[in-house]
Amino acid sequence: MTEKPFNFKNYIRPRFFPHIWCPGCGHGIVLGSLLRAVHELGLNKNEIVITSGIGCSSRISGYVDFHSLHTIHGRALSFATGVKLSKPGLKAIVPMGDGDALAIGGNHFIHAARRNIDITAIVMNNRIYGMTGGQFSPLSGTGKKATTAPYSTIDRPFDVVELARSAGATFVARSTVFHANECKDLIKKGISHKGFSVIEILTQCPTYYGRKNKEGDAIQMMESYKTDTVKIGSKKLEKNPDLIQRGIFVENTDVPEYCEAYDEIIQAAMKGKA
Amino acid sequence: MAKGKTVQHLIDKEWCKGCGICIHFCPKNVLEFDKNDKAEAIRPEDCIACKLCELRCPDLAIQIIEDGEGENEKQ
Repeated sequence: MTEKPFNFKNYIRPRFFPHIWCPGCGHGIVLGSLLRAVHELGLNKNEIVITSGIGCSSRISGYVDFHSLHTIHGRALSFATGVKLSKPGLKAIVPMGDGDALAIGGNHFIHAARRNIDITAIVMNNRIYGMTGGQFSPLSGTGKKATTAPYSTIDRPFDVVELARSAGATFVARSTVFHANECKDLIKKGISHKGFSVIEILTQCPTYYGRKNKEGDAIQMMESYKTDTVKIGSKKLEKNPDLIQRGIFVENTDVPEYCEAYDEIIQAAMKGKA
Repeated sequence: MAKGKTVQHLIDKEWCKGCGICIHFCPKNVLEFDKNDKAEAIRPEDCIACKLCELRCPDLAIQIIEDGEGENEKQ
């Protein structure tokens, strides 16, 4: 830990506060965890670039006092790839919503994972499109209600962890906003990891998902993260295999990082070798 | 005072949206709603400075300041 005590006011742009998120929205807790992670890693504000797309979660890029790019829907990872390739010294962090990451930006997500470029993607999974009025997302799951599914959804959800793993991400983890300290630790590990890191954080949308699906207010939704999730390989899974697992699923340091591999190509080209 | 700590609760009432997460998850029931439905530390002497409220506040409205550990013991 750095010596100075943590004060989030050193890392935000206070003129944009209070933020636009609804009362009880979990996104603010993710923001807090991200700021604490940055603080504990002792990173300089000028060596971080936050790239985001569109959605409630993507507003983070405006609130933090780092380099930030608020770009187009689903394409945050593409912008981050461009930034990272031109300035490999920067730490690229991409906060994204579930729809932004896996529906609109689904293709960018799997290809960033395949390339293993050193970007930290924080998938803030609230299982709904909150900003646009509560449409169901690819992570809503079957039998859930949304404004565009008044008689419940029939779509099966993605499993972010399995998708990221099979697409080739070299660091994959999951936590929830109830476990804010665990979130912070996973974000720290994700930022430190050399390669593409995916951290899925379950976060509540009390306004749309909670209300439509009668899951109660923000507090009850956070309580459910406590009861419905367990650490990877917990014994509770034997009794109830439906529990959601939390922790680090993939941590692979053997795969070459994209920017480094690209540097080698540049070196070879400069020497005129074919 | 549980641990001999003096704890200050800085709550930004402009930023607080009154979701009640801090009040619900406080292990010592230090916080409650004020008349404007914003969080307020009404029993600060019970606070053990676990900082769960600060950690989970979605509005970044709470800051816990510990004014020196074991201040009572020093005197």
